[in-house]
Amino acid sequence: MRMFDCKRFAAMVGKEFVQMRRDRLTFAMLIGIPLIQLILFGYAINSDPRHLPAGVLSADNSRFARSIVAGMQTSTFFDITRHPSTRAEADRLLRDGDVLFVLTIPENFGRDLLRGDRPVLLLTADATDPLASGRAAMAFPEIVRLALARELTGPDADLNQTEPPVDVRIHNLYNPEGETQYNIVPGLMGVILTLTLVMITSLAITRESERGTMEHLLSTPIRPLEVMLGKIVPYILAGYIQMTLIAAAARFLFNVPMQGSVILTFALSLVFIGANLSVGVTISTVARNQLQAVQISIFFFMPSLLLSGFMFPFKGMPDWAQAIGSILPLTHYLLLIRGILLKGNGFMDSLPHLWPILVFWAAVVAAGLKQFRRTLD
Amino acid sequence: MNGGTVIDVHGLTKAFDGKTVVDGLDMTIRRGEIYGFLGPNGSGKTTSIRMLCGLLTPDAGSGVCLGFDVIRESDKIKPHVGYMTQKFSLYEDLTVRENLLFTARIFGLADPNRLVDGCIERMGLGPFEHRLAGNLSGGWKQRLSLGACTLHSPDLLLLDEPTAGVDPGARRDFWDHVHALAAEGITALISTHYMDEAERCHRLAYLAYGRLLASGTVEEIVEGAGLTTWSVASRNPGAGLHGLTERLRPLPGVDQVVAFGNTLHVSGRDAAPLERAIAPFRTDGLAWTIIDTSLEEVFIDLMRQSRDGLK
Repeated sequence: MRMFDCKRFAAMVGKEFVQMRRDRLTFAMLIGIPLIQLILFGYAINSDPRHLPAGVLSADNSRFARSIVAGMQTSTFFDITRHPSTRAEADRLLRDGDVLFVLTIPENFGRDLLRGDRPVLLLTADATDPLASGRAAMAFPEIVRLALARELTGPDADLNQTEPPVDVRIHNLYNPEGETQYNIVPGLMGVILTLTLVMITSLAITRESERGTMEHLLSTPIRPLEVMLGKIVPYILAGYIQMTLIAAAARFLFNVPMQGSVILTFALSLVFIGANLSVGVTISTVARNQLQAVQISIFFFMPSLLLSGFMFPFKGMPDWAQAIGSILPLTHYLLLIRGILLKGNGFMDSLPHLWPILVFWAAVVAAGLKQFRRTLD
Repeated sequence: MNGGTVIDVHGLTKAFDGKTVVDGLDMTIRRGEIYGFLGPNGSGKTTSIRMLCGLLTPDAGSGVCLGFDVIRESDKIKPHVGYMTQKFSLYEDLTVRENLLFTARIFGLADPNRLVDGCIERMGLGPFEHRLAGNLSGGWKQRLSLGACTLHSPDLLLLDEPTAGVDPGARRDFWDHVHALAAEGITALISTHYMDEAERCHRLAYLAYGRLLASGTVEEIVEGAGLTTWSVASRNPGAGLHGLTERLRPLPGVDQVVAFGNTLHVSGRDAAPLERAIAPFRTDGLAWTIIDTSLEEVFIDLMRQSRDGLK
């Protein structure tokens, strides 16, 4: 026997090619994953986020105030989307995540500026994700200086000569130290739940079909809903064990401050866990074998990871990417859990992030029940 | 329930991707009968059984199973049917007892523990009660499957090649169980490839290429085929019969030549041409005797005819 026989080797290579061609999904993965990654990393993801939503709470209508707001807009760092009329309204916008910044322009801002009183210009930033807010906040003082330099000409030009004519203050809310792990660790809870729960349950029904036990199940009086829920419930418990682990690590290893109620976090997470498990079960009604189940799970997991705002700032992505991202449960769960843990949100504050997950869940269960084959046809 | 009839179906048809697998199957099975289902691989036996227990929806046809409509009321049929799949379909990573308990609970049976105890006792599974089903030998897996599909005291058993790959002793035990169940009034439809098993059935149906070719008791089927069979043996022990097979096969009147150990069985559909064909070979060296045609020869003949018919 020779150590290496070219004919034997060629036979092996040939067989692999035939099998690769038959296994459409593996082939689709080979082509699809690079394509998806190219598109997502190339077009959707932006580690230098621009056009971040901002609100302006202005009590002054001087040309200086207008110039600063215009300067923010043209800098492309900020998109002025809201004009709250009270402090309370501005705070609510920040808490709900509708805006990442609120600029407060005090009364008589223009007059005080001309008098040389150095009025205070306050930029409040939602710093839960320091990556998203950091660069815009850093650029802000320069934007103000340039805006004022344009206005302070002629007799007022001397105001430019000395120290800056306004007192720019930046207030980083929720995560004043700008610790990235405060943002990442609670987010990880969502990412880990998505990855493990979808994959585990996607294997669940597929395994029954692959091993032939589905035929036994289908010949009994059992109902599809009983099978699907029966598959889900044990893993809800598994999901909670994972959550407890991550929460403990967040608290004791990473010292993530927990502003809101841990009990609320756990209670509302049930919706997220349920949604992910249903995705898994629904995948398993489509997949023909366990390998396919894992592959389809990866197709779901990748956009979840990249487009949810976990790895890259959500508000910094183009509109189409945000649209895809806002379908995914992880996107809303991140807002929900960061809201509770870092901002101290309560139940009512969490509702806007809860119902999109519920809608997603209902749609997935409906699809799964429709796909579930009552017969072997 | 519809007198003594358990299954009464007409024109059941099923096609997969345009290929007709079962074509107009008519079948009547009476209460307490053991009904054998025979036919070559791919003849549509499994598909027929799956249609009867609601796992597949027939494309055409109608009929009644246990008093319920096979098309519209498959949900009502399921609780009264015990279906044993061709491939072992219990959980290999559960123990014998756990599998039985799970099955009992899915059927919503009262007092599952007592039922499972009874089943383990009846099937002699006691020594393996806590063993993983995946670690059982083939024969014991079949017994466990039979136990699981009879737990809910079904009225009808559908057994799909239950004894494939099982040793003769275990097969005999299995059939004793089936006969004991039939004596209690359970009806059983069993598909098989073994002729000795076919002969243990009350009635038989023979399927080929999706069509029912013959049905009735063993005697009726053999008679209906009208074959004449001669057995021929060599008088000198050393002489082989291989050359003879090749010379007999092409002769008109000879439909089958099959070697059985040291003898050949030569069959033909018409006695006279067969006798004429073998006449030149009735020499001193060979012993010719007329024997009863066996079921196997009948089935092979049926299969050939249907294949010729398809051409």
